[in-house]
Amino acid sequence: MTAYFIQAFIYLCAAVIAVPLAKRFGLGSVLGYLIAGVVIGPIIGLVGSETNTLQHFAEFGVVMMLFLVGLELEPRMLWDMRNKLIALGGLQIGLTTAIITAAGFYFGLSWSIALTVGLIFALSSTAIVLQTFNEKALSKTEGGKNAFSVLLFQDIAVIPMLALIPLLALPELVEQAQAAVGQAAQQHEELSLVAGLPGWAYGIVVMLAIAAVVVGGHYLSRPLFRYVANSGLREIFTATALMLVIGIAALMSLVGLSPALGTFLAGVVLANSEFRHELESNIEPFKGLLLGLFFITVGAGIDFGVLASNIGPVLGITAGVMLVKALVLFVLALIFRIKNSDRWLFALSLAQAGEFGFVLLSYTVQNHVIPTDLAQMLSLVVALSMFLTPGLFIFFDKVIVPRYEHSENDREADEITEKGTVIIAGIGRFGQMVNRFLRANKIDTVVLDHQISQVENLKKINVKSFYGDATQPDLLHTAGIEDATMLVIAIDNNERAVELTKYVKHTYPKVKIFARAFDRGHHFELKHAGADFIISETYHSALELGKEALISLGVHPFKAEQKKATLRELELCYKDSLFESWKKKTEDSKYSAHFRELFIELETAIAKAMKSEHFDEQAKVERGWTPPPKDYEEKINRSE
Amino acid sequence: MPEDKKKILVLFAHPAQERSEVNKPLFTACQQHSDVTAIDLYREYPTFHINIDKEQQRLREHDVIIFMFPLYWYSTPAILKQWQDLVLEYGFAYGPNGNALIGKTFLCAITAGGSEAAYQSEGYNHFTVRELLQPLEQTASLTGMNYLSPFVLFSARNAVEENRVNAHITNLRHLLTALAEDTLDIETARSLPVLNSNLSDLFIA
Repeated sequence: MTAYFIQAFIYLCAAVIAVPLAKRFGLGSVLGYLIAGVVIGPIIGLVGSETNTLQHFAEFGVVMMLFLVGLELEPRMLWDMRNKLIALGGLQIGLTTAIITAAGFYFGLSWSIALTVGLIFALSSTAIVLQTFNEKALSKTEGGKNAFSVLLFQDIAVIPMLALIPLLALPELVEQAQAAVGQAAQQHEELSLVAGLPGWAYGIVVMLAIAAVVVGGHYLSRPLFRYVANSGLREIFTATALMLVIGIAALMSLVGLSPALGTFLAGVVLANSEFRHELESNIEPFKGLLLGLFFITVGAGIDFGVLASNIGPVLGITAGVMLVKALVLFVLALIFRIKNSDRWLFALSLAQAGEFGFVLLSYTVQNHVIPTDLAQMLSLVVALSMFLTPGLFIFFDKVIVPRYEHSENDREADEITEKGTVIIAGIGRFGQMVNRFLRANKIDTVVLDHQISQVENLKKINVKSFYGDATQPDLLHTAGIEDATMLVIAIDNNERAVELTKYVKHTYPKVKIFARAFDRGHHFELKHAGADFIISETYHSALELGKEALISLGVHPFKAEQKKATLRELELCYKDSLFESWKKKTEDSKYSAHFRELFIELETAIAKAMKSEHFDEQAKVERGWTPPPKDYEEKINRSE
Repeated sequence: MPEDKKKILVLFAHPAQERSEVNKPLFTACQQHSDVTAIDLYREYPTFHINIDKEQQRLREHDVIIFMFPLYWYSTPAILKQWQDLVLEYGFAYGPNGNALIGKTFLCAITAGGSEAAYQSEGYNHFTVRELLQPLEQTASLTGMNYLSPFVLFSARNAVEENRVNAHITNLRHLLTALAEDTLDIETARSLPVLNSNLSDLFIA
C-alpha cells in the first residue's frame, strides 16, 4: 500500500510541477506531461517497471476521450460538415499514409509495417492543436476551422484503424499471437461472450451489442439520468456517468470489439441529450487525469539508450514526417482555396504526429504488428514532432502573420461583429422569457438548469437546454463560459446567485453578468459582487400594475405613464446613495440580521423623498410640457 | 489656439439607423470630429423620457447647435420635436431670464428624398426646404440664435448609387471645421436657400 501511495505521489507531483511550467512557456499541457514523464523516468529513475502496467490502465483515458469526442458530435453537425470532413480529412489521411508507406517500403520495411507506420504518422495531435488554437484565438479563422475538420476526421478514422491494425499482424508472429489468444481465452473463458462461437453467431452478437449501445443510449439513458438527477445527489450522477462509460467498454471487450469504438458511439447517441454538458463535466476530469497519466507513462517509457544509439535516424524520420505532412496539407490548402496566412496555419499546425500515435503504437505492439524496438524508435519520433509543434506556431506568429498582415487589413471591417454566446443560468419563468427574447433576435444561448422537470418541459417546446448545476465551475466551462459574452443569472437560490457572480467576475472578468434580483438587499449584494446589470424580479410588473390601477381610477393614461416614469427616475436618483450607505453598513456590521432593519430604513427614506417631490408643483421630473404663464406674451413683447 | 474654438453640439435623430445609408455615415463623421459633441437622441432616450436638465446643460456648454435628421413629412422625426417641446422651456430658452441660447448659432443638416427641383414652388413639394423649415427658423429667432441656411442632401435615396455620399461627408467636415474655427462667412450663410450650393465660397481663408 505504501508503495502505491509513494508512486501515485511521484506521478502527481511531476505533473503538478511540469504541466503549469510547460503552459507558461507556451508548450501546452500534453508536452508538460511528456516532460514530467521523461524527468521521473529515464532522467531521475524514480519510476520504472510499473509504467507498462500503468499505461494499460491509463489507456482508459483514451476511451473516455473518444466518448467526449462523440458527445461533441451532434449527428446533424456531422452531417453539415460531411463534405469538408470527408474530402479534406480523407485526402489528408490518404495522401499522407500513401507517401509515408511508400517511403517506409523504399527503406526496406515490409508492406504491413510500412502501412501501419503510415497510418500512425497520418494522425495529428488533437490535444495540442485544439488547445493552442484556443490559447491563441485561432479557432474561428479559416485555417483553424479547416484544421478542426481534419482533426475530427482523424479522430473518427482512429476507430477503423484500431480494427484494421490487428489484421496486419506479422505472419511469423500470428501463430504466437494466436497461441497467446487461445491461452487467454482458456484462462478467461468466462470473460468472453464470443469465444468458440461460429462466425455467423459472432456477427449476430456483435450487431446486438452495437444495437444495445445505440438503442439503450437513445431510450434508456434518459429515464436513468432523470431518475438519478431527481435524487439531487451530484456524486451519484458522476457514478452513473462512469458506470455508463465503463459498462460500455466492458460490453465491447466482452464481444471482442474496441472499447473506444463503443464509447464513441454512445457519445454520439447522447450528443443531443439535455444531460450532455453534465456528462461532459463529470467525465472530463477523469479523462484529463488518465490522459495525463498516459502521456507521463509515454514520457517515462522513452528509452534514452534507444535515442542515443538512433539519434540520426530519429531526427531524420521526424524531419521527413513533418515535411511530408506539411507538404500534403499545403497542397490540400491550395486545392481547397484556403488563402493567405490561413493556408500556412493549416499546413503548419497539423504537421506533427499525435497522441493517438502513442495509442496505436502500443496497440500495434500488443497485436504483434510492429517489433518493439522499432515501436520505441517511432514513439520517439512522435514525441519529438510534438515537442517541435510550439516552435511551428511561433514561426507562424513571427514570420508568416507579418507577411500577410498588410494585405488582410485592407479588407473593410465587417458591419456586424460576432455575437458570442449568452449563457442563461436558471430557466424558470424568468429565464425562459429572456431566452425566448434573445433567441427570437438570433442570439445564440445555452440554457442551464438543475431541475430536470424544467429542462424537460422546455425540450417539449424545442428550447435547447441542459441539465446541470450552473454554479459548478466545471459545468460553466463545458457550457463555454470562456467564449461567452454574457451570463444571465436567473437562478432561484439567492446566495448562490451572488457566489456565481463573484466567481465568474473573478475568473472571467470579460463576461458580462446580467442578474435577476429577488429584492433590494439581493440587488445590492449582486451589485457588490460585480454584476453589470441587475433587475428586481417584481419591479416592472408591480409598476405596470400600479399604472393600470391609476388609469382605471380615472387618471389619463398618458399622465399615468409619466407618473410611472417619475417613480423610476426617483429610484434611479437615489439608487447610488442607497447602495453606498448599504455598503458602509454591511462593512461595519457583519450580521445579516441587520439587513432587514436597514432596508426598512431605506424604504422610508425613499417614501419620504417621493412625498416631497410630489407636493412640489415644479417637481423636477414632472415638469414636461409645462405651459408658459398666462401673461407671458406681454413679457416677451416687452423684452423685444 | 484650441481654447478659442467654438464648441459644436450635433443632435442626431434617426429612428431606423439599420436602414440608414447617408445619415449614419454623416453622424459618424460628426463623432470623429474633435470639436463636436455628437448625440444620438434615439439611443440616449429610447423611451422618449428626455432628461431636461441634462439637455439644457448641453446647450449651455456649446456655441453651435446642429439638428441632424432625415426630413420626415417636411419636419423633424418625432423625438426631435419632443426634445424641442421639453427642453426649450419658458424661462430657459425664451421669456424673462430665458436667455440661455442668445447669440448661439443654429442650423439643420438634413437629407431629403425629393430632388432639389421638387422643392420649388413649381415642383411637386411646392415649397423650398428653407421655407418648410420656417418653424425652426422662427424658434431660433425667438430664442435669439443665429439661423443659418440648411445643409441639405437632396435625392438622398439614390445618393449611394450615384456616389454622392462621400463628397457630402467631406463638405460636412469642412463646414464643421469652419464653424469651430469661426471662418464661415455667417452673413452669406444666413441668406442662401441651402448652405451647400457653393460651400467653399463661404469659407474665409
